[in-house]
Amino acid sequence: MITKRIIPCLDVKDGRVVKGIQFLGLRDAGDPVELAKFYDKEGADELVFLDISASHEGRKTMADVVESVAAQLAIPFTVGGGINSLEDMKRILRAGADKVSVNTSAVLRPELITEGARFFGSQCIVVAIDARFDAESGTYLVYTHGGREKTDWEVTEWAREAVRRGAGEILLTSMNSDGEKSGFDLKLNRMVSEAVTVPVIASGGAGNAVHFADAFKEGKADAALAASIFHYKETSVKEVKDYLKTQGVLVR
Amino acid sequence: MIGIIDYGMGNLYSVSKALERLNVSYFISDNPEELDRASGLILPGVGSFKDAMAILNETGLSAYIQKAARAEKPLLGICLGMQLLFESSEENGLTGGLSLLKGTVVHFPEDVMKREQLKVPHMGWNRLRLNRESELLHGIEEGYSYFVHSYYVKAEADATVIAAADYGVEVPAVVGEGNVFGTQFHPEKSSHTGIGILRNFVKIVEEKVKP
Repeated sequence: MITKRIIPCLDVKDGRVVKGIQFLGLRDAGDPVELAKFYDKEGADELVFLDISASHEGRKTMADVVESVAAQLAIPFTVGGGINSLEDMKRILRAGADKVSVNTSAVLRPELITEGARFFGSQCIVVAIDARFDAESGTYLVYTHGGREKTDWEVTEWAREAVRRGAGEILLTSMNSDGEKSGFDLKLNRMVSEAVTVPVIASGGAGNAVHFADAFKEGKADAALAASIFHYKETSVKEVKDYLKTQGVLVR
Repeated sequence: MIGIIDYGMGNLYSVSKALERLNVSYFISDNPEELDRASGLILPGVGSFKDAMAILNETGLSAYIQKAARAEKPLLGICLGMQLLFESSEENGLTGGLSLLKGTVVHFPEDVMKREQLKVPHMGWNRLRLNRESELLHGIEEGYSYFVHSYYVKAEADATVIAAADYGVEVPAVVGEGNVFGTQFHPEKSSHTGIGILRNFVKIVEEKVKP
């Protein structure tokens, strides 16, 4: 049977990893390739690279990073951030990424999902969704532009629309939980996971191994993503997986 | 020398990088004459069956691959590349395949997926169950491999299936007859299990060209 996936996420700016550098104790911890190898060795099932470069030069550097990572890694990886067109997708996938992730650009122009899925297949297209609970309407609403802009989309509606257009996977971040380390947003995750037929990656709020077990059992997530707790070595992929095994969650 | 068949739809980069890590010489080509100089062929592929077959047919690569297989040149299809080895697929309307192996490609059955609460695509690491002996799996344990697909093969004969994975239905994961092989998962993305399988394929190719 299929296993639940643990996915470390690396923020890359102008070709360097920008989170958690000083805490890792690796010789060149700011190098995305070195970090990728480190997580691969630890048992990560997949990696996500988020390109947070603001400049055109930074984006070009990212394609080089993707090439280097692909040359060294024998596990799948996704690249997101700044992918606004079919051309951007081509550039990143040709450089060796296995999947691309789109967020704001997909909300602004949902056809981008359709075009990407048509050209590369659904399995390549991850739609990342940032959602925050809206007390007024009692629902979770979708945000864009790194959480700065509120949209009218209710999260399950947008997730369904993304899948209808060909998204092969949903990367779901709870803005309420993000950075809190108090656990994934189980309600949000379950809601979206039950609304769509494709796998859902839970993101935002991981603080310890127990939270991952909850995300899979209660949150019905297919994979769970975390950044800082892995970067700062508060826990490790191996530790999380060892715990999950004791809880009867199937992992690799 | 391995020839990687380029028909515009493969993730050529990850396959070629995996071969580089194994120190195997290879080239990428869309030209049958060039490809014919290779002692073994890899047919990668992501995307849709229908689009892939249309390109393979237009470019004459279909006829070449069939000819090469008849001449017993070892061939490895990966993911969509494996599905293309079979007779037909129902993806985007029934389309004929390369017919090197007997069987059809169908979508995961919705009723089973619903009942067992399984998502489609089948995406992630799944364990291989060995069905029968094969040189391709020499020394490979029943390890985990990385799958990502929404359609799966229904092989006509059990013997075609070398290894399978369970996902609501039995998913043929490694297939083969004679010198024609395929993996539904991505060996180039399946850590040491996958790299071991690629290494075995290269060995099969090398044995073949030994005088």
